Amino acid sequence: MIALLVRDLRLAVRAGGGFGLGLAFFLLVAVLVPLGVGPEGGTLGRIAPGILWVGALLACLLSLDRLFALDFEDGSLDLLATAPLPLEGAVAAKALAHWLVTGLPLALLSPVLGILLNLPAAGYLWLVVSLLVGTPALSVIGAFGAAVTVGLKRGGLLLSLLVLPLYVPTLIFGAEVVKRGATGAEFATPLALLAAITAGAAALLPFAAAAALRINLR
Amino acid sequence: MELKVSDLAVSRGGLVVLEGLDFALAAGHALVLRGPNGIGKTTLLRTLAGLQPAVAGTISAPPESLAYASHSDGLKAALDVTENLRFWASVHGLDAAAVGVALDAMNLRALARRPAANLSAGQKRRLGLARLLVTGRPVWLLDEPTVSLDATSVALFSAVVRGHLAAGGLAVLASHIDLGLPEAEVLDLGPFRPRRARAAHAPAGGFDEAFA
Repeated sequence: MIALLVRDLRLAVRAGGGFGLGLAFFLLVAVLVPLGVGPEGGTLGRIAPGILWVGALLACLLSLDRLFALDFEDGSLDLLATAPLPLEGAVAAKALAHWLVTGLPLALLSPVLGILLNLPAAGYLWLVVSLLVGTPALSVIGAFGAAVTVGLKRGGLLLSLLVLPLYVPTLIFGAEVVKRGATGAEFATPLALLAAITAGAAALLPFAAAAALRINLR
Repeated sequence: MELKVSDLAVSRGGLVVLEGLDFALAAGHALVLRGPNGIGKTTLLRTLAGLQPAVAGTISAPPESLAYASHSDGLKAALDVTENLRFWASVHGLDAAAVGVALDAMNLRALARRPAANLSAGQKRRLGLARLLVTGRPVWLLDEPTVSLDATSVALFSAVVRGHLAAGGLAVLASHIDLGLPEAEVLDLGPFRPRRARAAHAPAGGFDEAFA
């Protein structure tokens, strides 16, 4: 599993790996929204949690269709399926690699973009915390969607349609944590629910994704 | 180690393409699958490898003993030759020594640091076959292993297969060309087509062996 994780990380940071794609998209959203909405700080500050979370979610979605499709095309998915590593473990390793190159950098970059969106000062910590807790769910749910659509040509559209509804709870609770954190309200409940979604997804979906991959490889 | 297949039927896209397959392969032996395009050589190899379920019949070898090499080599273009091999070696629990042996066996030492993206088709194929040596598995399932190899590399590959057999391994190969393995048994897949398909393919008015 570690070998697969290291390989995926290495592939992501090498030329053409698409490491910067999600980050660049996130940056673009955060730069363009203030230009479109206008410079009133009050409005921006109010919509900032939602915008940042939507941006992070779409940035995650952007690189998902490559998660298994590349391995499927060059035949290494067949070889991984016959390797001693259980396919569930391979899915978990690939989802973790996806999170390490998209979710984690997004969470670390988000305070900088919070400044652009005039996020209230109390919200920064909770923005980073909510993204750190919530984005693993995005990667794991996305891995499941990618596994279901792996054999399809141009499966990206179907993948987005499949995965977006599953992303909605994470988005709602994630943005809610930041909103409440920024206004000093009580935020423990949405944070706990966000963590519950991540824990549940990480525990169950690798098995579902591995089952979908086995069917798609037939 | 023995590979025993009894009354095996395999299907592709829901259609049975081969049925009634019976063969046994002892350690140190190779089997070459012959048959026209589309008869089901790849389907049979994928079924043996455990990538798809058999319609009927049994395969004696456990999936952990099988190493499958498909048409595509499973290489990552951004990684160099050694990194590609080292990845598969560590997935299969082997160390760097096995990688060195594989590099030497397929004459890849000079290309060790070259990214797979810059390899020629034949060199990629050699790397794909070198991967078999870092799996450490006794039964090799090879689908058209010699595609895009030159004569020298085919000889190199035959030597590798022979070495594998001499060490008690087994190999099942689907191939149209002569591999220089005279000791290998040959299995023609034609007679294992399902009965209806065979009847449909019989020449009109000719002798139809399905009804003989």
